[in-house]
Amino acid sequence: MWRWFHQWGSPKFFYHRSGALIPVLALASGLILGAGVFWGLLIAPADYQQGESVRIMYVHVPAAILAQSSYAMMAVMALISLIWRLKIADAAVQAVAPIGACITLLALATGSLWGKPMWGTYWVWDARLTSTLILFFLFAGVLALRNAAGQSQTAGRAASVLAVIGLINLPIIKYSVDWWFTLHQPASFTLTEAPAMPFSMWGPLLVMVVGFYCWFFLTWLIRLRHEIVRREVRSDWVQQMMKQ
Amino acid sequence: MKLGVMKPQRRNRLLLVLALVCGLGLAVTFVLKALNSNINLFYTPVQVLAGEVPLGARVRAGGMVEVGSIRRSDASLEVAFTVSDLAGAAFEIRYTGILPDLFREGQGVVATGTLSKDGVFFAEEILAKHDEKYMPPEVAMALDATRQDALQP
Repeated sequence: MWRWFHQWGSPKFFYHRSGALIPVLALASGLILGAGVFWGLLIAPADYQQGESVRIMYVHVPAAILAQSSYAMMAVMALISLIWRLKIADAAVQAVAPIGACITLLALATGSLWGKPMWGTYWVWDARLTSTLILFFLFAGVLALRNAAGQSQTAGRAASVLAVIGLINLPIIKYSVDWWFTLHQPASFTLTEAPAMPFSMWGPLLVMVVGFYCWFFLTWLIRLRHEIVRREVRSDWVQQMMKQ
Repeated sequence: MKLGVMKPQRRNRLLLVLALVCGLGLAVTFVLKALNSNINLFYTPVQVLAGEVPLGARVRAGGMVEVGSIRRSDASLEVAFTVSDLAGAAFEIRYTGILPDLFREGQGVVATGTLSKDGVFFAEEILAKHDEKYMPPEVAMALDATRQDALQP
């Protein structure tokens, strides 16, 4: 286990081994997202109350799930970089922050577009919407801090500390709809109860969630590999690679 | 992974970060608890009846639209209806304007406006709140039909 941890923590080993994953992830995200869009937008039924507008769900829900879990992954990487001072973990934080910010923005934007026809407003300051906006600011903050002071080591530590502290926001987002009166409805999926929608709706939703994850890991991996080469540009293995 | 086998330097960093997160988490919990009433988006029917809503101030109040309570004016866009918490507490809302598509009996609404002395809430804006259940129209119709059958022996 520790050997595995140290091997994959080495930028050179990681760079050489992870390349094979890119075509796999690219193919998977293309196929799965294509299937999910087709199933969700063309085959899945409309809703008895919301009509066709319910289809925004097939983008909004995966984006919101990914926004939160990508933050959790970023915070884990930040924790590893703070405690074990693993350089690759710091590069992973830097690589994922802009993706997370974009995904959170997508969740906010699609939610807003969904809110206008259904609720009657683009935005309200309820607990769910506000805490998700804070999630976006956290991503933006980590990104800004990481790139501050010429991307120094100190900047990296400050960004990592912020990323870990921001974890406090995740349970707040999750339980905001239960703890307070909000305009946003409570969760349709829980661990203890059956989904509050039929398979013809949660099927395509699940496919879209898987597709979003594939796309996310693909983008993260590409950005991380890019970041590794940028940081290690003076090392022997990168120099050798560039000569070939 | 045991704390004992970690290098002391790393263990101290881990404990420091954990302490920081726990401390700040506790602080955030207290702040959120203190601000509880400010974070709630709207006043419930119980709060409206209990006089917790400041009269004449612009606030939000909400609840479920009571079945059979909607009264529309013939001449204008004026509409009056009762919202309840499905547990007995209810108050009247009056509104002039276009209602959101999802506004219907048995659904939640959040109204922005002012509460008058006689307990009527004059709304300037009505937002529709929907629940977490989704289903195709055919299923909803079938469910309705079985419910009607059950009611008529």
